[in-house]
Amino acid sequence: MNGLLKFITCGSVDDGKSTLIGHMLYDAKLIFTDQEESLVLDSKVGSRGGEIDYSLLLDGLMAEREQGITIDVAYRYFTTEKRSFIVADTPGHEEYTRNMAVGASFAELAVILVDASQGMLTQTRRHTRICSLMGIKHFVFAVNKMDLINFDQKRFNKIKKTIKILLAEFEYESAAVIPVSATDGDNITTKSERTSWYRGKTLLSYLEAVDVDNADNEDGFTMPVQRVCRPDHTFRGFQGQIETGTISVGDEIVTLPSNEKANVKSIIDAGNNVSFAEKGHAVTIQLDKEVDVSRGCVLVKDAKPEISSLFTAKILWMDDTKLVAGKNYMLKIGTKSIPAVVMKIKYKIGVNDGRELIANEIYKNEIAVCDISTSEKIVFDKFEINQALGSLILVDRITHMTSACGIVEHALRRSDNLTWHDMDITREQRAAQKNQTPKTIWFTGLSGSGKSTIANEIDKRLFTEGCHTMTLDGDNIRLGLNKNLGFKESDRIENIRRIAEVSKLMNDAGLIVITSFVSPYRRDRVRAKEIIGKDNFIEVYVSTPLSECEKRDVKGLYKKARGGQIPNFTGVSSPYEPPEKADIIIDTSNLTIEEAADEVFEKIKTLL
Amino acid sequence: MGSMTHLDELEAEAIYIMREVVAQCEKPVMLYSIGKDSSVMLHLALKAFYPEKPPFPFLHVNTTWKFREMIEFRNKVAEKYGIEMLEYINEDGVNQGINPFDHGSAYTDIMKTKALKQALDKYGFTAAFGGGRRDEEKSRAKERIFSFRNSEHAWDPKNQRPEMWKLFNAEINKGESVRVFPISNWTEKDIWQYIQREKIEIVPLYFSAVRPCIERDGNIIMMDDDRLKLKDGEKVEHKKIRFRTLGCYPLTGGIESDAETLDEIIAETLSAVSSERTSRVIDSDGGSASMEKRKREGYF
Repeated sequence: MNGLLKFITCGSVDDGKSTLIGHMLYDAKLIFTDQEESLVLDSKVGSRGGEIDYSLLLDGLMAEREQGITIDVAYRYFTTEKRSFIVADTPGHEEYTRNMAVGASFAELAVILVDASQGMLTQTRRHTRICSLMGIKHFVFAVNKMDLINFDQKRFNKIKKTIKILLAEFEYESAAVIPVSATDGDNITTKSERTSWYRGKTLLSYLEAVDVDNADNEDGFTMPVQRVCRPDHTFRGFQGQIETGTISVGDEIVTLPSNEKANVKSIIDAGNNVSFAEKGHAVTIQLDKEVDVSRGCVLVKDAKPEISSLFTAKILWMDDTKLVAGKNYMLKIGTKSIPAVVMKIKYKIGVNDGRELIANEIYKNEIAVCDISTSEKIVFDKFEINQALGSLILVDRITHMTSACGIVEHALRRSDNLTWHDMDITREQRAAQKNQTPKTIWFTGLSGSGKSTIANEIDKRLFTEGCHTMTLDGDNIRLGLNKNLGFKESDRIENIRRIAEVSKLMNDAGLIVITSFVSPYRRDRVRAKEIIGKDNFIEVYVSTPLSECEKRDVKGLYKKARGGQIPNFTGVSSPYEPPEKADIIIDTSNLTIEEAADEVFEKIKTLL
Repeated sequence: MGSMTHLDELEAEAIYIMREVVAQCEKPVMLYSIGKDSSVMLHLALKAFYPEKPPFPFLHVNTTWKFREMIEFRNKVAEKYGIEMLEYINEDGVNQGINPFDHGSAYTDIMKTKALKQALDKYGFTAAFGGGRRDEEKSRAKERIFSFRNSEHAWDPKNQRPEMWKLFNAEINKGESVRVFPISNWTEKDIWQYIQREKIEIVPLYFSAVRPCIERDGNIIMMDDDRLKLKDGEKVEHKKIRFRTLGCYPLTGGIESDAETLDEIIAETLSAVSSERTSRVIDSDGGSASMEKRKREGYF
């Protein structure tokens, strides 16, 4: 009996993927009788008017049955006399491409359906491309619905030719093209008389016989460390699955990236002590000395994976939010998770012809090649050499969505990296790198109203939550940038203008800016809002009444103003014009600093 | 993969997944239902972390209607391996007298689904291992190995997170949790063969023996205690039966069988003409999509 075969079925919508597998299971008597009964029952309420609808065997979700489409991958397990199979039946709609990719990452072989009456569609090509990207090297093209073209050999040959042209783009090890009818069962499990001109095998017998053992490109031992096992102070073992090669007790290994040498003291293979273990086994390895190894490190012997913080990857974008260069993600590669930035989108790949297309943005379901930079050096390898160390996902740091999956093409050296020179970094990219929406929080109110105290408190809280902030107030502006300005009206206008311009620059740099100035004139604040941008401006009016401010008189300024020592003092000898529509209004008369800050912070969080 | 057998590969995959959860998730728990799949899961967990004990507790959601032999077995196993075994019972349900005879699907909802949600919330578990397999049922066949639940414990089958290669993304937001199915890719046959290979202990109810039972709605129901009241026309018979799955005794149909050993069970399983979940009465309650409905509401 041949080993287990994991395969997927893919292709465009309505090419009959689920029907094909359903028919194969049914014909080969691989479904249980209760499922058979349920199938007949379901068909009666289904879309095929009482005839058996084989796709119902696989489309297991309510929404799938209602809409008559496949949304997500279904895994089926079956065994014939010759082989065991796991088949992942994948959706054909472009919208659900990422679910198809999930199935492809799991499979060794792809059965790609082509509708004989329509020929190769864009979606067929997309799926073939994704299969190849995910590492599939064995292909079967099932040219389906042959009944609709009267089993015409000429049309079949024409389709076969376009398939050969497409395949020439990829590296593959085996490929077959089989004419079938999924609904009628031609060439699924039994040879069809209606295709007497076809000399090859039926789909099932081909799958039973095909050899999918790919030659290893890495002979050395590599094991990414999943966790360190430390039941007590006498034992410290590194747990992981051996990805390539073999290991024996007494072997000298190297720890990466720390690059220390140690000898293997013991190996536990799935709970049992052994002297030797090989690829695929889940082991615990004890070394003869202390080494600096934790999750994400790699133990190696006679293998030289890359150690770098920069590499080129080919990725499939899966997120509804587009990819732009400069955005920060959590990268998972091997067992390592690390912050990473997509430095540069080099190009995207045309779905139909594989051409390199210039692109600044990558949308859902597109394939692109890009340079990725990690915050420190990590261990990885080319996907074709070491699948576990060469496959990766990018995880959105806020939604935690798996935004992309991809493979490492090659490492880059820092010196190779000229990417920043030819790239314009936008405000959006800077903000995205900091995972925040840059805004200016503009506090206004009388002297002594509590502006600066609350502003300072808000700054601290935002900072604690990981935001990148900057506060502008009298202390750092009046003493430096605006040293040459006095208190006459034109100077006050210029003062506010400069503060607004600086705030805008800092927002452009991705920062959240907090300003705390009396800013008494409505027209000045309106101009500041125009400079900063109305969508980026949050006005906080600290409305503590004059009487309360004067009562507090922390700096003794009101007393001096009343005494005529300070001219043009807001509230005393110069007017304060309250905002007409502030975003947040807070009166601190009867509140502690904590309470006031709590209230403002809650509201600000909804506006950021 | 060289000398590895199919079972070796499945074992290594399950161990890899269990280690990933412990490495990535803050507060994991392993659901323990006492069935054969749970026995396999426990066995795998013991192997995965050896020489350390599994670094998480086990949780049994008890409906109070389990077979008595199941509870005995659970207590024995917990003691033997020195693992932390939590039991959770929905006391509200007990006080309201919720039972499988009078309350139908509400019983499952209150004593299983609600109880599970309450237990997970009570302890604040962020990840829960389950022994679900994709070959069991149509909607399970569609589920990821790492399956996410919102703060209401609900599954959104139309929007599952992509899961590529062996790169499991277990990141969650506050209040969300993840259900993890390390033996997703095992079939019933694999389970039995593994139990045999590893000599894993299972509840004796899986082996055929003469047991008191009645026939109800086409199912053979065992008289495990006197809470099962006979309806008109029903009579207690002694038949040689065994169980392919274990759950609440009034809801679990047995099959007539002579299989008293693992070899005989495996031989019987291989020639089986019905899939194992047909003997579980609750699955057919609510039409072909009943499992998915319950899962959307938080059932495992």
